[in-house]
Amino acid sequence: MIASIQAVAPHEVALSVRDLTVSLPAGMERVHAVENISFDLKRGQILCIIGESGSGKSVTANAIMGLLPKVIRLSSGVIQLEGMNIIGMSPDKLRNLRGRVVSMIFQDPLSALNPLMTVGAQIDEVMAAHGFGTPQTCRNRAVELLTEVGLPDPQLMYHQYPFRLSGGQRQRVMIAMALALEPTVLIADEPTTALDVTTQAQILQLISDIQRRKGMSVMFITHDFGVVAEIADSVVVMEKGHIVEQGSAEQVLKSPKHPYTRRLIAAVPHLTGEDRPRLESASKEPILKVEGLVKTYRGGSALFGAQRTVTAVNEVSFELAPGRTLGVVGESGSGKSSLGRLLIKLLDSDGGGILFEGSDIAKLSEAKFRPLRPRIQMIFQDPFASLNPRSTVGHIMTVGPVAHGMPYAQAREEARALLAHVGLDAGAFGRYPHEFSGGQRQRIGIARALMFKPKLLIADEAVSALDVSIQAQILQLLDQIQRETGVSMVFITHDLRVASQICDEIAVMQKGRIVERGPPSQIFLNPQAAYTRQLVAAIPGERPGNARPVAANA
Amino acid sequence: MRGFLLNRLSQSLVLLVIVSIIGFGILNLLPGGPLAQFGLDPGMTQQDIERLKGLLGLDRPIWIQYLDWAWRLVRGDWGHSFRDGAPVLEIIGSHLFATLLLMGSSTAIAISIGAWIGIRGATRRYSLFDYLATVGAMVALSVPTFWFGLVGIYIFSLKLGWLPAGNMSEIGDSSILGYLHHLILPSVVLSLVHVAIWSRYMRTATLDAISQDFVKTARAKGLSERRILMKHVVGNALLPMITLAGMQLPSILTGALVTETVFTWPGMGRLFLDSLGYSDYPVVMGLLMFSAILVLLGNLIADIVVAIVDPRIRLA
Repeated sequence: MIASIQAVAPHEVALSVRDLTVSLPAGMERVHAVENISFDLKRGQILCIIGESGSGKSVTANAIMGLLPKVIRLSSGVIQLEGMNIIGMSPDKLRNLRGRVVSMIFQDPLSALNPLMTVGAQIDEVMAAHGFGTPQTCRNRAVELLTEVGLPDPQLMYHQYPFRLSGGQRQRVMIAMALALEPTVLIADEPTTALDVTTQAQILQLISDIQRRKGMSVMFITHDFGVVAEIADSVVVMEKGHIVEQGSAEQVLKSPKHPYTRRLIAAVPHLTGEDRPRLESASKEPILKVEGLVKTYRGGSALFGAQRTVTAVNEVSFELAPGRTLGVVGESGSGKSSLGRLLIKLLDSDGGGILFEGSDIAKLSEAKFRPLRPRIQMIFQDPFASLNPRSTVGHIMTVGPVAHGMPYAQAREEARALLAHVGLDAGAFGRYPHEFSGGQRQRIGIARALMFKPKLLIADEAVSALDVSIQAQILQLLDQIQRETGVSMVFITHDLRVASQICDEIAVMQKGRIVERGPPSQIFLNPQAAYTRQLVAAIPGERPGNARPVAANA
Repeated sequence: MRGFLLNRLSQSLVLLVIVSIIGFGILNLLPGGPLAQFGLDPGMTQQDIERLKGLLGLDRPIWIQYLDWAWRLVRGDWGHSFRDGAPVLEIIGSHLFATLLLMGSSTAIAISIGAWIGIRGATRRYSLFDYLATVGAMVALSVPTFWFGLVGIYIFSLKLGWLPAGNMSEIGDSSILGYLHHLILPSVVLSLVHVAIWSRYMRTATLDAISQDFVKTARAKGLSERRILMKHVVGNALLPMITLAGMQLPSILTGALVTETVFTWPGMGRLFLDSLGYSDYPVVMGLLMFSAILVLLGNLIADIVVAIVDPRIRLA
């Protein structure tokens, strides 16, 4: 492995990892979290480490920070930081390096800040911990940092508690904190994964700006080749604890050598900008017609104090033809999930109509709607939380149809057939959800929904929690099912690339309203609304309308 | 914040009314009624009892009795004891100090030691200390308090003669030292079980806080373990403890039935037991309302404190 790394003069390397092996405790799925990995982070460069969940990329980052949990052991190797081998260093010395020479930002900015301390106090703390400056100079420096990461009104921001800040703002605070002592190396562990696409674009811009301005070295961990294309100088591809390929970003993206890299790149959803071929549909009558749908959330007390209202869904109207898919895209808080819940009547609407096969279901009582429920089914986002861990897959799949009057024997036969159909073996019937991977569970979720032979499927971020290669398979499965059964779909997602893969028509939502609706070719190549243009421009690694460099070799 | 307070207060009032109706109803459903004990007195004829009923207003329909009692209660007249005619509020007041002394000291011991054990157990999870603390807590929780009390009296009073076996002071001795001397044994015995409860809750809350992302952030900043624990972990772990402390408040003032009986401590717990024994309904109802008010007040205070400490609620 070392041979494949080009020899560079030591002073050009900020961080070098050689033959690093990290052991997992006995009884885990494999013996080593990472095995024999070697790579260099050159000074003033951005190195992306990319891999799917379980590839060992986060373990590598934590090993470099000296933050591995006690049960995970560094068995061998060398981690050179600024010419010092940090493996075997005393905890005190390591602590001294953390935050000063190497600092880290994390994936979820919502939970990475202490909710009980002001933003300013948390930034001051880094400097105080390493004995830099007086309280007054720390304060000035903190305000300076808040300005530098582009937060509005830094003086005020200094005294703000994290809950007042949006996700993107909190990530900026994390970056400010990480930069406080001008570290040589910044480790960013999926720093934009939890953010909206426009926010992601801003944070990526901020990181690469700061990196250039300060000549910092950044180790950027991600699962998204779009992000890699956006910011990487060089790339390390990891699979199951091994480095399968590394090289310059251009080399890896344009001519990937290892089959795994190629598979991964091929699986990345791209903006197609092409419309799906129309399916022959039996009737021209829309199966679903939504007219002026409104949902308002009320907060606070009705009796005392001021009442706050948020209009989550505002005068939304659209039509959906049989056998077709409508994508609903938008950022968090756009109302897309509320819309999905309204359609399946998990929420009651405050106005407007939902015409399902010609009759208005919006005002139906739960009892009256119940016979219709099997015909509208939902596929949920989290394949881990949406299946009852105490029920067998068979029970999960049959309990609904049996409750609606299907004899158990028939339900069982259909469940087995459907499991086989979604790509699981029929033996899955008697097993429990925890025995399956995320992608398999999502297949179970889809099979469960299909048990009712629905006319309409609502898929709420159905592939968002999955790795890209699994994502591609599930999208393919949904497409296949639609072709076979002629089911209509409302596909809710924050990922425009995914939407472009599977939808006949896309509705872009912002603040509860649909700002633009049209086929993918319009939305991605010729967006009409300013907000759509902004969204499309923010997609990492894509230049809509241009030839896609990433896919060239895929 | 004001809306929140008004809301909570109005909820509490409704609950108080419900509690009073249930309490009053159940007490009057008991066989015999308040004057049953006089039936055993050969000197009392049936006429005497009927006359007494009329005097006390017990011959009226139950709901009139309730409304009358409730209306007096609101105006500050909690009624008079059947036993000696003393006002209920006065009787409660005279027992309050003893209970406050005992419960206050044992709760203080329980919170400080329990929190310490819990935090230490969580930071050294699965260490010998953690195992011993867990086993100790299980023992303290499963052995009845009166047993600890009796064993304590046997060892420290009977065998060693170091500590008094009961009462709050010697007759004629009202020195602080004398009170303290009497306080040691019952408060330690009483705090045993509370230490166990607090240490378990604190351990869980600390473990929750330790696994939060911001603790990892604090480590990545290069903070010392001590600072991470004190500033980031304990602060967040104490938030749920405030609610627990609020729930403890009523028991501080309503006393401990068992411990007060074992140590013949003249507190509220024994007052309740005695009053029940004598079917002294006004006092029993008074105590019931008193503890109901304390429960609601304790929860309210806890909510307010949480709101003050947690910026997410304070500033929202």
